[in-house]
Amino acid sequence: MSTAELHTLTGAYALHALTESERQAFERHLEDCEACAQEVRELSATAARLGLAVAETPPRELRERVLREITTVRQEAPAPGRRERTGGGGRTGRWYTYALAACIAAAAAFGGVAVWQNQVARDARQEADQAQRQNEQLAQVLSAPDAKTTSSALTGGAHGTVVVSQSQNRAVFVASGMERPPSGKVYQIWFNDEGTMRSAGLMDPTASDDAVLLDGPVDRASGMGITVEPAGGSAEPTSSPVALMDFPAA
Amino acid sequence: MKEAVHISGVPSPGPDLQELLVRVARGDQDAFAEVYDAVSGPVLGLVRSVLRDPAQSEEVAQEVLVEVWRTAPRFQASRGSAMNWVLTLAHHRAVDRVRSAEAAAAREHKAALLDRTPAFDEVSEQVETRLEREQVRRCMRTLSELQRESVTLAYYRGLTYREVSELLAVPLGTIKTRLRDGLIRLRDCLGVSA
Repeated sequence: MSTAELHTLTGAYALHALTESERQAFERHLEDCEACAQEVRELSATAARLGLAVAETPPRELRERVLREITTVRQEAPAPGRRERTGGGGRTGRWYTYALAACIAAAAAFGGVAVWQNQVARDARQEADQAQRQNEQLAQVLSAPDAKTTSSALTGGAHGTVVVSQSQNRAVFVASGMERPPSGKVYQIWFNDEGTMRSAGLMDPTASDDAVLLDGPVDRASGMGITVEPAGGSAEPTSSPVALMDFPAA
Repeated sequence: MKEAVHISGVPSPGPDLQELLVRVARGDQDAFAEVYDAVSGPVLGLVRSVLRDPAQSEEVAQEVLVEVWRTAPRFQASRGSAMNWVLTLAHHRAVDRVRSAEAAAAREHKAALLDRTPAFDEVSEQVETRLEREQVRRCMRTLSELQRESVTLAYYRGLTYREVSELLAVPLGTIKTRLRDGLIRLRDCLGVSA
């Protein structure tokens, strides 16, 4: 196989779609071709993203079995000439940030269409800018190194997850399967400051699966609540909460 | 990180996986438990998308996770992220298993292979997974049909590019190219850097 032909195998190689003998031939080629090696690294990282997308929840027993088994398994010696990297290569963090930023940008683009249809362009642009800033902040919270997550079931089969970053002093709430609020009403989110509710903004009534950056700093809040309020929101809760969640411990 | 409640058993992107692996490489079993929590969901999901059979998938996932422990001292951060390393290992093991002789017999049903879509639709409560899945699904839609079919059959079904070529009745060279340009398009859409 010619060099040019070998080079086009980067994709098949990254997907483990070569036979054993082809793989060996390609790996010999890789040693002399830095451009191919770089492309393979990138395409392998891309393939891994396809893997992440099909993650599922493993059974509890698997964890016990694996953790038991490793106590009896001897580890290999380090690779020769290995450079140890401590201090957090930052790759993982960057990876999440990219993924989230791109994902959220896509969501913002969709939202943008609706806005353009309903408002004059100037307003739309201002909103988009603001949404953009919020989305960036949202991505920063989700990808913060100290981001902690807690999840719980909400009423009606819905599911809520809250992500708190102490270093950013911000929190993000992600709802899944929440019913739409009754007509003319909105969901309002509140920080729970030792029993006192402080408004943390309104949820988009048209989005039932949405990530919301809570308005304002977390500060001393120990949790959050959600109430149904008249459109536009209220200064303080006017109904009993439909959900109450504690923030993850710092 | 112990305080954080992870309903699905997979943590938020909290502790740096690379740092944890460095500790694992020194024999730190607590660090391994944290690595387990971060990678076991993706590992099992990926293996199961290739193997389908739940019992066999758990068995292979367990082998992969123990191999992460065993070979952690050989992990080199300069070659890519820790998650990438683990998932590459998982994909290799799943593909090895599915290409073994006994599994080959079960793969005669080509129509079934074409019929199945990747397990994107499986429910996960996990935030990162949901965001990741949305993102991948969106980027998959930017591929041509042949690119998407080729990448899906190779990655999620573990076929060699020759098998993909036979299955789709498309020349070898075309499949080779589609796998590469499909992945390049996904790379750009997903914003992957390495």
